[in-house]
Amino acid sequence: MARKELPEINAGSMADIAFLLLIFFLVTTTMDVDSGISRKLSEKPPENFDPPVVKMKNIFEININRNDQLLVEDEEMEIKDIKQATIDFLDNGGGIGKIVDNIPGTKCDYCNGERSDSSSDHPNKAIISVQSDRGTSYGMYITVQNELLAAYTELRNRYAKTHIKGKYAGMSYEELLLLDDKDNDQLKAVIKKIKNAYPQIISDAEPTK
Amino acid sequence: MSKFGKKKKGLPAVNTAALPDIVFMLLFFFMVTTTMRETDLLIEPPKLPNASEVKKLEHKSLVSTIYVGKVKPEDRAKYGAGDKIQLNDKLANVSDVANFIYGEQEKHNPEEIPYMTTSIKSDVRCGVGTIHDIREELREINALKISYSTRKGDLTANLK
Repeated sequence: MARKELPEINAGSMADIAFLLLIFFLVTTTMDVDSGISRKLSEKPPENFDPPVVKMKNIFEININRNDQLLVEDEEMEIKDIKQATIDFLDNGGGIGKIVDNIPGTKCDYCNGERSDSSSDHPNKAIISVQSDRGTSYGMYITVQNELLAAYTELRNRYAKTHIKGKYAGMSYEELLLLDDKDNDQLKAVIKKIKNAYPQIISDAEPTK
Repeated sequence: MSKFGKKKKGLPAVNTAALPDIVFMLLFFFMVTTTMRETDLLIEPPKLPNASEVKKLEHKSLVSTIYVGKVKPEDRAKYGAGDKIQLNDKLANVSDVANFIYGEQEKHNPEEIPYMTTSIKSDVRCGVGTIHDIREELREINALKISYSTRKGDLTANLK
């Protein structure tokens, strides 16, 4: 039996349909970024909790006033200098570190700082406190936070390059983070070790009115 | 002058058979690179600050976004010119933040809640005061993971 040939489907309006879909997606979607500076807030202390006494020399105080001017350790400073000042403070290593898991603190043997008595004892004791004014611009605040994080990253990079042995030797901290290998315990342990060498302790003080 | 009278010979029609392919390609490009717009902004689209130490937010479904900025000029008379907070599709007060986060947490399994992140999308010209109020509110309800939404770029642009 002879089959009757089917007529060809007209695809002329295919482009119109595709354009329609394209325009729909252009209108309803955005290309916004989903990246940012991540921070972990400190837990709210329980009531009548006595804050531990911290030596003044272990606190790096940054004040930002409502005109976006910086006061670092009671001295005026430009934003470009804050990263180096932070590195100097964190990396000072002038004393004994804090007790971790009942092991008494040791001297910071990986610090390259001046080991001055008037600056921080150990990176794991060094606290950065940022106090801003309610009127400080958010842009300035983020810039300062970014500089602080950049200081930590630089120190962690250096530590990773010089103190990590084995499979991940010679890689910087940033490169290690980019290795997308979530289930690798060895990598996790290395990253944890670097983080513990220079733990990020940044506190936001109550802003001035 | 017979030249003018000559019948113009029509050009052959351009072959448009490949046009759908091109358009589909564009369509797929946009489908892959963009995300659905979830909220209509009542505030002016915030000009996000620039930073160099940015981290990508992973699991998008676990992110709740708080917008901070000034309302659009035409609504200034109604809402005032100060910094405003937008949660979902409404302008809100700082005290509403806790309820908003609880609402977001309810949509997820309890084991996912510790991984939920609050992303603050604030305009660079806003004051730190509002941000601090939000932060205190989040500490109050133990939603401790936050992310200040930023773009990767030049830091000097933050200070204008």
